[in-house]
Amino acid sequence: MHIPDGYLGPATCGFFYVAMLPIWTAASKIVKKTLKAKQVPLLAIGAAFSFVIMMFNVPIPGGSTGHAVGGVLVAILLGPWAACIAITVALVIQALLFGDGGITAIGANCFNMAFVLPFVGYYIYKTISYNAPMDSNRRMIAAGIAGYIGINVAAFLAGVEFGLQPLLHHTANGQALYCPYGLKVAVATMAGEHLLVFGWVEAVVTALVVKYLQKQVPDILQKGGM
Amino acid sequence: MKITTKFWIGLVIFIVLSPLGLMIPDHFKAGSAWGEWGAEEMQKLVGYIPKGLEKLSSLWNAPLPDYAFKGWEEKGLTHLSFAYIISAILGIAIIVIVIFVIGKVLVKKRD
Repeated sequence: MHIPDGYLGPATCGFFYVAMLPIWTAASKIVKKTLKAKQVPLLAIGAAFSFVIMMFNVPIPGGSTGHAVGGVLVAILLGPWAACIAITVALVIQALLFGDGGITAIGANCFNMAFVLPFVGYYIYKTISYNAPMDSNRRMIAAGIAGYIGINVAAFLAGVEFGLQPLLHHTANGQALYCPYGLKVAVATMAGEHLLVFGWVEAVVTALVVKYLQKQVPDILQKGGM
Repeated sequence: MKITTKFWIGLVIFIVLSPLGLMIPDHFKAGSAWGEWGAEEMQKLVGYIPKGLEKLSSLWNAPLPDYAFKGWEEKGLTHLSFAYIISAILGIAIIVIVIFVIGKVLVKKRD
């Protein structure tokens, strides 16, 4: 889901940088108000976790690969705004240091994976786990469903961003200037892959870690959500 | 043991296991992620390299492209796995430093 340089045209890249500016600003303000100094290590662990979980490429045999993002879990533990900052840092380092995701696409990639993914996941988790006891199975299942839906909405959006490019930018003879695949193929592939395979990876990772935390440190789940 | 200590240990385990993210796709002959092909792969897929993509795709020269050392593309899976682990360590180290700096800036006025 890391859109590389050259797949999105300047209009799309610019649009998402501009869209992310107020989101990053709000995230900084809210985290500044709510983050306690002793939570900073947890924020670092969250960003590092998201970074390393994205290195676990999962294959579709004979086809492509994909991975979990871990962002819904970070949002459950620290709230969606802190998750936004943690995942943004992970994505920026991935782009700058490892060329994973484009420099021009940082806005779009952050919109999908550092904004939409943790927010959708967080509110789904909150809704399903509403009033559930800290040690309940409903909480674990809520985490799994939140992970699954969060990453799928993000993947769908990435598909739309890819798929709009041939409409926005093409030469006189119809050759695409950027991503050559239109909405039909891009959305079907991105959504399909994540609905069938990678979404389940995110769901299982999120649910298992929440299950582990329920046993080990239930109060960490209680504090979650700034 | 403090829970943060357990989390750090968990991260170390993830780092050590990270080459699975190379080996398993390799075993199942899976290629790039959809929409993350290089210019040459694009040529094979659609028969041409989109002009804008050709220009922009070489915009940034990452120091450790694809979590590997430059010039190691043709090396075997063992070498690549080693580079992958080094990349994970380096990436996490920088991320942790950046978050601690952000934490310092954001939470300095209280406590």
